[in-house]
Amino acid sequence: MTTHIVPVRTYVAVFVALLVLLAATVAVNFVSLGELNVLAAMVIAVCKMCLVMLFFMHVRYSGRLIWIYVCIGFYWLAILIALTLGDVLTRAWLRP
Amino acid sequence: MPEPRTIVAPQFDDAAQQQETSMLGMWVFLATEVMFFGGLFASYTMYRALYAQAFAAASHHLDIVLGTLNTAVLLTSSLTMALAVRSAQVGARRTTATLLVVTMLLGLAFLGIKGVEYYQKYVDHLVPGPSFSFSGANRHDAEMFFYLYFVMTGLHALHMIAGVGVMSVLTILTVRGRFTPAYYNPLEIGGLYWHFVDIVWIFLFPLLYLIGHHT
Repeated sequence: MTTHIVPVRTYVAVFVALLVLLAATVAVNFVSLGELNVLAAMVIAVCKMCLVMLFFMHVRYSGRLIWIYVCIGFYWLAILIALTLGDVLTRAWLRP
Repeated sequence: MPEPRTIVAPQFDDAAQQQETSMLGMWVFLATEVMFFGGLFASYTMYRALYAQAFAAASHHLDIVLGTLNTAVLLTSSLTMALAVRSAQVGARRTTATLLVVTMLLGLAFLGIKGVEYYQKYVDHLVPGPSFSFSGANRHDAEMFFYLYFVMTGLHALHMIAGVGVMSVLTILTVRGRFTPAYYNPLEIGGLYWHFVDIVWIFLFPLLYLIGHHT
């Protein structure tokens, strides 16, 4: 169960990966990719989040019940953002 | 070192079930926190879509060096937090206490750097309100960016302050020998909270500091 003890070098490796991703997200910002800039920044942020959650927050070593609750948080967030934007961003369509 | 003992409340079968229950409870709380910040992230997305150019112009007034430094500070504090929980698992009490203090200091360093940035915005008249001044046609659109900047980073900073408070309580409990390899649930869920606040910043940093590309 969660009594799994993660080796120190795994934590350090995750930390180094997080710093590399931080450097990457700043570096990408200095290259003009147009709309792809924001996509790259978000993909990198999601990768960093997954590393923190899986290793630092021990989700990788947790039971299925924890996994369900972790996913539900993001499911609600997706509903919140999708329905809000579904309203706001389509209002202009109705005004010719 | 005190004898390792397991404190299992009567409603639980064993220590493992008790630990999973406390972690599950923390994740439920974190799900509500996701929604708490989610409202702000949704408004941010909406206004950024509406005022894309003003947001890019306003974002360039933020200090990207301090922002990057603060991200690195927070990521380091997450590492020390994770290592603190690990040393509690192996029963190294002194190491746990030291790492908790380091985590707390890094959190305070983050707040200090944030304070320097806030002060700079105040000097530059970039705090929304009567004294707000922004050269450019979309003054009000840029002001909306700074509203969101201050509310989102301010709410995050409040969570950091609460986190530092949690860390100090955990440090005292650790020094008093309240945690053993068989019972360290408060450290585990305190760590979950700290990492969650770190994740919020992982998203705030690119969304606020890295809009439009820098040259």
